[in-house]
Amino acid sequence: MEEVPVKIFTTSHVGIARQYFFLSLAAVLLGSVLSLYMRFHLTYPQKGEITPELYLSWLTLHGTVMVFFVLTLAPSGAFGNLVLPGQLGAKEMAFPVLNAWSFWVTLLSFLVLVASFLATGGGPLSGWTAYPPLSVVGAIAGPGEGLGQTLWFVSIAIFCVAQLLGAINFIVTVTDLRAPGMTLLRMPLTCWSWFVTAVLSLLSFAVLLPAGILILMDRLVGTSFFVPGGLLVGDMVIQHEGGSPLLWQHLFWFFGHPEVYIAILPGMGLVSHLLATFARRPVPGYRAMVWSTVAIAVLGMVVWGHHMFTSGLNPYSVMAFSVLTMVIGVPSTVKTLNWIGTVWGAKLRLNAPMLYCLGFVSIFVTGGLSGLVLGQAQLDTYFHDTYFVVAHFHLIMGVAALFGIFAATHYWFPLLFGRMMNDTLGKWHFYLTFVGAYAMFLPMHFAGFAGNPRRYADFTTFTFLGQVLTLQKGITHAAFFTGAVQLLFLYNLFHSISRGVKAKQNPWESTSIEWAGEPAVAEIFRGPYELGLYGERDYRMQNEGGEE
Amino acid sequence: MLPGAVLVFLTAVCLLLFQVKPAWFPPAVSAGAYAFDLQFTRTLWILGVLFAAAQLMLAWAVLRGGKKRRASAPFGRFAEPVAAAGACLLFLGLAAGGASDWGKVAERAPGKEIIEVYAHQFAWSFRYAGPDGKFGKTGLPFINDAAGNPIGVDPKDPAGKDDRTTATLRIPAGRDVLLLLHSRDVIHDFFVRELRTKQDIVPGMEIPFDIHVDKPGEYEIACAELCGLGHSQMRSLLIVMEPEAYERWKRSR
Ligand code: HEM
Ligand SMILES: [Cu+2]
Ligand SMILES: [Cu+2]
Repeated sequence: MEEVPVKIFTTSHVGIARQYFFLSLAAVLLGSVLSLYMRFHLTYPQKGEITPELYLSWLTLHGTVMVFFVLTLAPSGAFGNLVLPGQLGAKEMAFPVLNAWSFWVTLLSFLVLVASFLATGGGPLSGWTAYPPLSVVGAIAGPGEGLGQTLWFVSIAIFCVAQLLGAINFIVTVTDLRAPGMTLLRMPLTCWSWFVTAVLSLLSFAVLLPAGILILMDRLVGTSFFVPGGLLVGDMVIQHEGGSPLLWQHLFWFFGHPEVYIAILPGMGLVSHLLATFARRPVPGYRAMVWSTVAIAVLGMVVWGHHMFTSGLNPYSVMAFSVLTMVIGVPSTVKTLNWIGTVWGAKLRLNAPMLYCLGFVSIFVTGGLSGLVLGQAQLDTYFHDTYFVVAHFHLIMGVAALFGIFAATHYWFPLLFGRMMNDTLGKWHFYLTFVGAYAMFLPMHFAGFAGNPRRYADFTTFTFLGQVLTLQKGITHAAFFTGAVQLLFLYNLFHSISRGVKAKQNPWESTSIEWAGEPAVAEIFRGPYELGLYGERDYRMQNEGGEE
Repeated sequence: MLPGAVLVFLTAVCLLLFQVKPAWFPPAVSAGAYAFDLQFTRTLWILGVLFAAAQLMLAWAVLRGGKKRRASAPFGRFAEPVAAAGACLLFLGLAAGGASDWGKVAERAPGKEIIEVYAHQFAWSFRYAGPDGKFGKTGLPFINDAAGNPIGVDPKDPAGKDDRTTATLRIPAGRDVLLLLHSRDVIHDFFVRELRTKQDIVPGMEIPFDIHVDKPGEYEIACAELCGLGHSQMRSLLIVMEPEAYERWKRSR
């Protein structure tokens, strides 16, 4: 593979991909350390050592860092930038300079977020969802609700700008820069995912940005979009009137639900692509996969209300949101069956990237099924804001998306750094993480069954929480185990960057043309998954001409 | 091989956990809670079967492996539409199972015991109307936690003279109770596990909330919406009394 020079102000898609990769790596380390701190103090409280406000500010920073700077950046920012142009047969993203800008604006947003945590008064404590009035009325509502919360909203608003720039770039790249012959239905499923993800980003961050600006205005210039009149916080009468706290929830979740698909769709595309590559077999229902991706995105735009079943919504909207939410299980089922179908009866190459993909499918099933519990409004009124929800989204969004990221790192490492990662270490890392993930998050559902509320800084006040303490301690142990296992991945990563085996051309015998080795491919002659053919080579790359 | 074996192992452990039940629901004490338990059990069985089927199919695919190079597509062209239609029916069926209380709004009705709930950082108060059956006016300026007026009952309103404010919620067993939920400052949430339900309390709104408990007893009330640093300590008790005992308590001052 050719060397890509390391430059700080680069407009090369590979350089920018690396920047996103390392930013999200830094973010995931920060977020993980915070989570281990939280788990420890939650289940082994030390007298007087940490205050609830400190715990809650860790919680807020953990959620924000993970959702925005890991699960949004790595799948699209890092791997989308790295691979999309190559797979389409383009030299570069459509707007290379804009692309660089998106990264630097994202970095700025990250720095402001860290600043919010270090601000006088402490970090904000209102969670990644930042519901008003708690997040608006200022330091009187809690330490960290002063400057810290303001900076938090500023950081999110900046992040939205970066994402909007990135989304436009992805969309135009797909619509305009495909090589001749690369019709939409010849695009690898990865490209479809990045494309649909970018459309979702455009539509959802375009709502979060103004929402963030409005709430900043509430905080800073005394408007009242989200705060009603007649509030007394602490012993201070609040000077707002006529706003609606539910309006924020609508705007936030109109962004928030698509956001969870922004985190997972690239992983889904990757899994479809890699399962086929490592099973040496075409994706059985390519069109069904495309349509289910689109269906998930469309439905994903109209189900935000399922986060608000208990918020005081009109019961008729609850009904509508509940039905739509259950329907989203349908394209998810199609995808799952397709993945199982891809590997069914095929001769599998069980390299590390493939293992992560199999793990993804397993975790996606487990996490998705609990969604079908939460989607029923009647059941959600019990589980909402309990550890059941925490288990649901950590499995499906946390672990599944991370497995996608691990698979992508191993698989595309040659494009990132010109070398291969160690496959054996990767396998060990997979098995241990896979078991660790189940050990953490399956028992967590049971804490939810017992009604254990989430976002509690301690489990000491309520009698009924006595009964979950042992369980919660077990989860903490599993978390430390899984955390420790990640050192394997880090070692493998950094060791392979400098010492890994030099990668051959097209090391995984893939059909897609990011491996073709030429920056721009002249012409595309075939569909993306011509695999498992008879003859001396069992695959054809998309840019190969000739018969068949 | 190994990944298949690990999958089978994890699937078995997961299913076993539902036998062991390291933590579980408290007993249900209201009609709504019984309905919840029924629907939850139904859902759990269906999802349990889907879970085991999907995981074991995946495991089997890995365990068995294949020999042929070009394995033909494992299912015909109708498999996907059929599966999609099946999933759609199944999931909508699940949703319909919980449909009995769709669109229900809690409303004032004669015969309902009406109690006001006031949440604030980080405590609960409950107000009873007293013998006149009327709640006195409230206002921000009258709020004084130290003087025992946490909801700001107007001392000049005669209707409020006999109102009673308490820190625990007492209700009669077997009667319809309508709670009127209020918050003074930020969003809180009224959550009682034994009732299998919760409701956000949104400042600026009065949210009506029906409860009806059959079994006398004491149940913990938890706040289930992040409301600040004392969120995890925002506890109160729901005390469900025999109806006569409740009437006696109401008359006592
Ligand atoms: C079958 C598909 C799914 C269904 C039916 C479903 C349903 C739900 C419902 C109803 C909730 C609200 C729970 C509550 O707060 O009471 C929820 C929460 C959540 N879901 Fe899903 N979900 C599905 C798939 C996914 C996927 C694919 C992701 C992400 C990749 C995801 C991520 C989340 C997150 C992050 C939350 C919690 C947000 C928060 O409150 O902090 N879900 N899901
Ligand atoms: Cu959602
Ligand atoms: Cu609370």
